[in-house]
Amino acid sequence: MLDARGSAIAVSYIIAAVLFIFGLKQLSSPSTARAGNRTAAIGMALALAATLLDRQIVSFWTIAIGTLIGAAIGVYFGRTVQMTAMPQMVALFNGMGGATAALVSVAEFLRLTRVGDIIGAGESISIVLGTAIGAISFTGSIIAFGKLQEILPGRPLQFPLQRFVNGLILVGVVALGAMVVMGGGTGFLWALFAAALLLGAMFVLPIGGGDMPVVISILNSLTGLAAALTGFVLHNQMLVVAGVLVGASGTLLTLLMSTAMNRSVANVLFGAFGATNNDVAASASAVGHTVRQTTPEDTAIALAYARSVVIVPGYGLAVAEAQHTVRELATDLEGRGVDVKYAIHPVAGRMPGHMNVLLAEANVPYDQLLEMDQVNGQFPQTDVVLVVGANDVVNPAARDDPSSPIYGMPILDVDRARNIIVLKRSMGHGFAGIDNALFYHEKTRMLFGDARQSLTQIGQALKSA
Amino acid sequence: MSQELVLGIYVFIMAIFVGFEVISRVPSVLHTPLMSGTNAIHGIVILGAFLVAGSADSPLLHALGFIAVVFGAANVFGGFVVTDRMLEMFRKREPAASEKKDA
Repeated sequence: MLDARGSAIAVSYIIAAVLFIFGLKQLSSPSTARAGNRTAAIGMALALAATLLDRQIVSFWTIAIGTLIGAAIGVYFGRTVQMTAMPQMVALFNGMGGATAALVSVAEFLRLTRVGDIIGAGESISIVLGTAIGAISFTGSIIAFGKLQEILPGRPLQFPLQRFVNGLILVGVVALGAMVVMGGGTGFLWALFAAALLLGAMFVLPIGGGDMPVVISILNSLTGLAAALTGFVLHNQMLVVAGVLVGASGTLLTLLMSTAMNRSVANVLFGAFGATNNDVAASASAVGHTVRQTTPEDTAIALAYARSVVIVPGYGLAVAEAQHTVRELATDLEGRGVDVKYAIHPVAGRMPGHMNVLLAEANVPYDQLLEMDQVNGQFPQTDVVLVVGANDVVNPAARDDPSSPIYGMPILDVDRARNIIVLKRSMGHGFAGIDNALFYHEKTRMLFGDARQSLTQIGQALKSA
Repeated sequence: MSQELVLGIYVFIMAIFVGFEVISRVPSVLHTPLMSGTNAIHGIVILGAFLVAGSADSPLLHALGFIAVVFGAANVFGGFVVTDRMLEMFRKREPAASEKKDA
C-alpha cells in the first residue's frame, strides 16, 4: 500500500498522463492547438512537482541548478530561433531528450548494481534498450542538426564499406547489450553506451538533406521509445504512456513522410538518395529542350490579370526567408480581386509541416493553405501557378516517366495549370539530383534569381501594372 | 516476470492504441507543432534525472544526474516555448489580417 505521500504522487502522475493525452487531442484543430500545448505543459509541471515529493530525493541542489541552466538554455533558444531554423531546433531538443533517457538508464543501472539489488531480466533489458536507443537518438539528432544547420554538408556522406562497418557496429551494440543482460556488469554497459553513440552518428551521416523529414520523424519516435523504456526501468507507468504517445506520433509521421515520397523507410535510411543520380540527370537534360525566361514585370502582369493564383512553396522559400515577401505579394493580389491559395506538398521543406509554419509566421491564414489532395483537382482551373523554390515535388516525371528515380512519388500537378511561373536561383537540380521536365514545358516561364529579390521586384512591378 | 513488468507491458500496448488514435487526427498543417510538442512531452524523462540527481551518493552519479537534468530541462522548456510560439501564429482569415503584421 502507498502512504499519503506516495498516493499523492501516484494520483498526480495519473492526472499528468490524462493531460498529455488531452493536450494532444486538442492539437487536432488549429483553433484549440495552442491550448493543447498548454494543457500538456500543465501536465508536465504537475508530474515534475510530484516527483520532487519522492522520498528517494534527498538533495535538491543539483536538481535546482541543473533545471535553471537547462531551462535558461531552452527558453532562450525557444524564444529566439528563426522559424526557418525550426527543423534543426526540433532535432536538437530531440537529441537532448534522447541523451536524458540514456543517462537515466545508465545511472539507474549503476545505482542498482552498487546497492547490490538483484536486477531482473525485465529491468536489465529495459536499461539496455533505453541506453542504446536514447544514445542513438542523441548522436543521430546531433548529426541531423549539423546537416540542417549546414555545419555538415547536407549531401549524403559516404565511405567505402559503410554499410558493412555500420552493420558491425550494430552487431557490437546487440552483443554488448546481451552481455549486460546476462550479468556482464557496468563495464559492458559503458561500452554499449559508447557503441550506440557511434551508431547513431553513423546511421544519419549517409542520409541526404531532402530526406530529413523522415529522419527527424524517426528520431522523434526513437526518443519517445527511449522515454517509455525509462518508464519500465523506473516502474513509472506515466512515463511509459508519455513515451509511447511520442513514439506513436513519430511513427505516424515517419510513415506519412515516406509515403509522400513513395519510398520505404528502409530506402530512406540506407539508400543514400541524392548522392549518385547526377550522371543520369546530365544525359537526360542533353535532349536539347529550351527554357523560356521571363521578367518580374511580365510576371506581375500575368498575376495581376489572373483570376486564380496558386503559390507552391518549397525549401527554396525557407532558404531565401521569403515567406513575408510572398505573403505581401499575395495580399496585393487579393486586393486586386485575385483568388490566391497556397499548395503544400507533405515533404516540402525539411520537416513535416515546415512550409505551414513559415507561412503562418507570415500571417497567412491557415484556411488558405491547401494539402496536395485538396489542390490537385483545382490546377486545371488555375490561371497562374507560382512555384517558389520547389523542385522535385512538382516534377511531372514522378507521374509520367517510369524510368525516373522519383517515379511514383505523389506530386502537385502544377503542369495542368494554364500558366506556370517558376522562381529559382539557377537551373540547378533539386534534392533528387534529376532534371525537371516542368522547366521546359511550353506553358512554363522561368524567373531566375534569389526568391525574395524576385518576389520584391514582382511586387514593385505589380504596383504600376 | 514481475507483476510490475506485466502491468507496464499492458500500459505500453494500450498507450500505443490511444496514441495512434489521437495523433492520426492531427491535420498536416500542424505537423511541425505536433513534432515539437511531442518533443517537449518526451522531456518528461527529466523526472528520472531528478531521481538520479536527488539521490546521488557518488561524484559519478552526481555528474550523470546533473547533465541529464540540464539536457532534460532544455528539452522540456525549449520544446513547450517554441511550440507555443508556433501555435500562436496559426490563425484564421481575419478582415484586418494584413494590418496585424506586427501584432
